[in-house]
Amino acid sequence: MSKIKNAFENGKAFIAFITCGDPDLGTTAAAVRAAVENGADLIELGIPFSDPTAEGPVIQGANLRALKGGVTTDKIFAFVRELRQDVTVPLVFMTYANVVFSYGAERFLAACRDVGIDGLILPDLPYEEKGEFLPVCRACGVDLISLIAPTSENRIAMIAKEAEGFLYIVSSLGVTGARSEIQTDLASIVKVVRQNTDVPCAIGFGISTPEQAGRMAGLADGVIVGSAIVKQLEQYGKDAPEHVGRYVRSMKDAISG
Amino acid sequence: MTNPKGRFGIHGGQYIPETLMNAVIELEEAYEHYKNDPEFNRELAELFNEYAGRPSRLYFAEKMTRDLGGAKIYLKREDLNHTGAHKINNVLGQALLAKKMGKTRLIAETGAGQHGVATATAAALMDMECVVFMGEEDTVRQALNVYRMRLLGAKVIPVKTGTATLKDAVSEAMREWTSRISDTHYCLGSVMGPHPFPTIVRDFQAVISREIKEQILEKEGRLPDAVIACVGGGSNAIGSFYHFIEEKSVRLIGCEAAGRGIDTSSTAATVNTGREGIFHGMKSYFCQDEYGQIAPVYSISAGLDYPGIGPEHAWLHDIGRAEYVPVTDEEAVCAFEYLARTEGIIPAIESAHAVAYARKLAPAMDRDKIIVITVSGRGDKDCAAIARYRGEDLHE
Repeated sequence: MSKIKNAFENGKAFIAFITCGDPDLGTTAAAVRAAVENGADLIELGIPFSDPTAEGPVIQGANLRALKGGVTTDKIFAFVRELRQDVTVPLVFMTYANVVFSYGAERFLAACRDVGIDGLILPDLPYEEKGEFLPVCRACGVDLISLIAPTSENRIAMIAKEAEGFLYIVSSLGVTGARSEIQTDLASIVKVVRQNTDVPCAIGFGISTPEQAGRMAGLADGVIVGSAIVKQLEQYGKDAPEHVGRYVRSMKDAISG
Repeated sequence: MTNPKGRFGIHGGQYIPETLMNAVIELEEAYEHYKNDPEFNRELAELFNEYAGRPSRLYFAEKMTRDLGGAKIYLKREDLNHTGAHKINNVLGQALLAKKMGKTRLIAETGAGQHGVATATAAALMDMECVVFMGEEDTVRQALNVYRMRLLGAKVIPVKTGTATLKDAVSEAMREWTSRISDTHYCLGSVMGPHPFPTIVRDFQAVISREIKEQILEKEGRLPDAVIACVGGGSNAIGSFYHFIEEKSVRLIGCEAAGRGIDTSSTAATVNTGREGIFHGMKSYFCQDEYGQIAPVYSISAGLDYPGIGPEHAWLHDIGRAEYVPVTDEEAVCAFEYLARTEGIIPAIESAHAVAYARKLAPAMDRDKIIVITVSGRGDKDCAAIARYRGEDLHE
């Protein structure tokens, strides 16, 4: 239904997460373009939230820096419209339910459609609550992306059956951020997913090294990296885009091997 | 009143990461089983009575009544419970439930420290490990309670993110729960968060209104005209209101922390200044900006310094069954001092918000009317902060 499947037609997909407005929207735009030029197949754009309960310290920090810098939902829509002049890969928003609810779900999703957003990830919107946002997403042609966690167990089939866009498989317990080891039995989770849907699945949370990315790409259709990219922005600020580009290249190479 | 998904009107729900869904489903199933289990209820009643010191007194505040010259005032003395606040009611219930579920570790958030102390107490009693998250700002405001928790064997983790107060402690406790679920129960301290917490906490706190009803019928032979309680998340208030919700003659009044005033940005009066939103697992009223960013709220009271309110309160407000009134820092501090001098009872600064509103309401009511104020906790913990507010620096 959406463009998201295109991201999975170029071998294993590399999905990069970047918080909008950290440290400013100009840098975000340059970082997105650097990621795309170096092989990112889909970009997750984070709309910052004051209290991001699913994030570890790195992305929490990015949210606060962005908000401090004065970024707002309206400024982000204008930014995406500008980005879409040349960026053609699928773009999805990742934010928290209150950002969408507060803007008005209809108004928010109509704006997503108008500026060229293909999907929406809300980590605090589980299967049980998606009915509130799903019809609005469908009406605007925006995929509401579902998450599966290491604790989902008996819920995997139910979630996979209704998945749209791609399925976001959370690799580990806890919040976002780099981990030295990923212990979840992801192969078993992916097996149940495959039995229940043709929608591609990507693994995220805790992936930072090319070795980890390579291993995860062996299990799924793509890998999602957030904190490791955001860390470059934290470290290099306005000079981060070239570092982001180099990093994305190393990760895309690792999963294309 | 609640549908299966834990809705109170449009409020409530389960807005949490997928990682936690099976945990809350497991909790709901366990609660549905044990709430009707005679053995569980016998054990809980014994803990309430023998350990926490229930029932708490319903005390006729004769001097205060005479002084205000209006309605008769009764104080529901939750401050006399073991650990000094109503928080123990909920914690004993949840700790017992967690133990039955095979959990060995309790985590909790705390604002003023009363819920943290209660959780640390229950953990010590039931041989469970305990970790309490507390905003760094609050660890300074409530240093005594930090020491009490450590003395009881709990680990206290100061939370430095955001405003370093109660909301950040809740966020951090939720993050911790997503990283360690199998042996850990999140002992949420108020009638908030995702279903089933608002219902579980309310049921354990409902003992307050059950007792008020019995006690007032025994003393006065009739129901009160108004029940007044302070509201942050709203657990002592819902506990005080619950068995009166169907008694339409009883006015239910929740006192919100207005901080420096509801016309300033230094306020935590959620119903009076907030709007509908989704945060910390629930749909309810929240203090937030036009883009849904949660506002940095303020109150002198660390326990009421929270940008949201429990979903059942939001619903009671919507249907007009309960009133939510703002009370400022200054009014609360005056009431803190007033109750100390008039009745020899030092209330928690949280509870002083309810006392403050009663001081306005009682003189406007006839002498044959009855007001019950829930004194949710005792004020020893607040003495240093109130002294500071009055310009006096105490060294303990």
